[in-house]
Amino acid sequence: MTELMVKAEGVHKSFGRTEVLKGIDLEVRPGEVMCVIGPSGSGKSTLLRCVNHLEKINAGRLWVDGELVGYTQKGDKLYELRDREVARKRQEIGMVFQRFNLFPHMTAVENVMEAPVQVKRESRAEARDHAMRLLTQVGLADKTGSYPSQLSGGQQQRVAIARALAMRPKLMLFDEPTSALDPELVGDVLAVMRQLAADGMTMVVVTHEMGFAREVGDSLVFMDGGVVVEQGSPREVIAAPQHERTRSFLAKVL
Amino acid sequence: MSNPIKAVPVRHPGRWLAGAVILVLAAMLAHSLVTNENFHWDVVGKYLTASNVLNGLKNTLILTVLSMAIGIVGGILLAVMRLSANPLLSWTAAAYIWLFRGTPVITQLLFWFFLAALYPRLGLGIPFGPTFLSVDTNSLIAPFTAALLGLGLNEAAYMAEIVRGGILSVDHGQTEAAEALGMSRAKILRRIVLPQAMRVIIPPTGNETISMLKTTSLVIVIAYFELMTAVQQIYSRNFQTIPLLIVAAIWYLLLTSILTVVQGRIEKHFARGVATR
Ligand SMILES: Nc1ncnc2c1ncn2[C@@H]1O[C@H](COP(=O)(O)OP(=O)(O)O)[C@@H](O)[C@H]1O
Ligand SMILES: [Mg+2]
Repeated sequence: MTELMVKAEGVHKSFGRTEVLKGIDLEVRPGEVMCVIGPSGSGKSTLLRCVNHLEKINAGRLWVDGELVGYTQKGDKLYELRDREVARKRQEIGMVFQRFNLFPHMTAVENVMEAPVQVKRESRAEARDHAMRLLTQVGLADKTGSYPSQLSGGQQQRVAIARALAMRPKLMLFDEPTSALDPELVGDVLAVMRQLAADGMTMVVVTHEMGFAREVGDSLVFMDGGVVVEQGSPREVIAAPQHERTRSFLAKVL
Repeated sequence: MSNPIKAVPVRHPGRWLAGAVILVLAAMLAHSLVTNENFHWDVVGKYLTASNVLNGLKNTLILTVLSMAIGIVGGILLAVMRLSANPLLSWTAAAYIWLFRGTPVITQLLFWFFLAALYPRLGLGIPFGPTFLSVDTNSLIAPFTAALLGLGLNEAAYMAEIVRGGILSVDHGQTEAAEALGMSRAKILRRIVLPQAMRVIIPPTGNETISMLKTTSLVIVIAYFELMTAVQQIYSRNFQTIPLLIVAAIWYLLLTSILTVVQGRIEKHFARGVATR
């Protein structure tokens, strides 16, 4: 149990009457890079949002680093977590969005410093130092003073990755991080993610970049209609999909 | 740039004609302002800095600043309540806005002024229990307090809608990103959402402030006095109505001009990261 970073057991999630996740079972080991693929509307974003406490699950159990998501268990009773405890758990999980969601009124370095200063109460000097190192790491040492509107999509996404890393997360979630980018900018972002994986970060990556999934991913999950249809090693799933739905999806993206 | 284009620009005879007409009209106006004795510029000059007028001006400023402060703080509070997931808070704010926007501000001013008739004594204590401290309402609600309550609480209802519009204009992805970083709700509002909402909030707030500058003249109904009351008192004695109205107009225009400049500065500050696109 404790050796897993993420464990999902029969996770269900509904919005009103529409059931979006219909019993998800997953395991992510520390240091693993799991890639998640699947058609639009299959529930990939919702799954990531559940892992990051942005949505409450309706049934099943979800653990991150051995702790239940959204609840505490005392005896056999579940208690909902308070806002403050949820916020504290989110600090340990980094999230990168398809549309970057950088704070437009702050420069790149201010974006990266914001949470360490406001949430972790790091000193500004310390947070700035760390932010500068992270921005250098993602190849943006010369853009620290730029506002998001002055950066290309690829640069914005790399700032967003640095912003998430500034909280020193133990798990990083990526929701189609390159889908909103011009093709020639995708490579820079993937290179940063590749390096992160090489450094041993545990990552769950929703992506349609099959090259990345094959080369960097330790496991590949194919979701459709709110269930995990197939999972396994990326090479095997891509080369020899077992299910018809996986085959027809792969035929479209490859 | 080796061969710059030389072309005959499009002619705009209409613009020239309109410009000429306006110039002539402006010259006529300026001429009459100077030559028409009825303007009594000497009287204007004499009263522009008279102590009564300056006192009134001071009250106008104090009332405007304090009422807007109450309005803005109250407005933010009401907007957050209105957007809250708690239905009781949301409904309370909606009811407040309905009540205070739905009645004339003059009615509210008089209401606060005559509150003593409804509740002769106001006390501090446990609801439905013993009272620790009790004061005569008339001594607490002097014209100044009634003016502040009347103007400020009314303004809060209008500001609430302005702030709410501003908050709703901020992309939800901003809140989501901040939540994912572990920021608390209060921090997200203060550090992420409000600073971005400001771009939408400030222009109408400037309008509200300028409008408040002039609305303060309503406090005459509760026997408080400000700039407009001051000049009215003077011209009812010396019958120099036009010159004294000009005195008031000059001061209002001056204050409005200053506010416009200040508003521009503030707008520029909150446009950072956006205007540079
Ligand atoms: N907040 C929400 N309210 C209602 N329906 C939602 C909400 N979020 C997602 N959905 C629905 O859930 C389904 C799965 O969405 P999503 O997880 O975004 O899929 P994916 O990321 O795989 O494209 C979609 O049909 C979507 O319309
Ligand atoms: Mg999605």
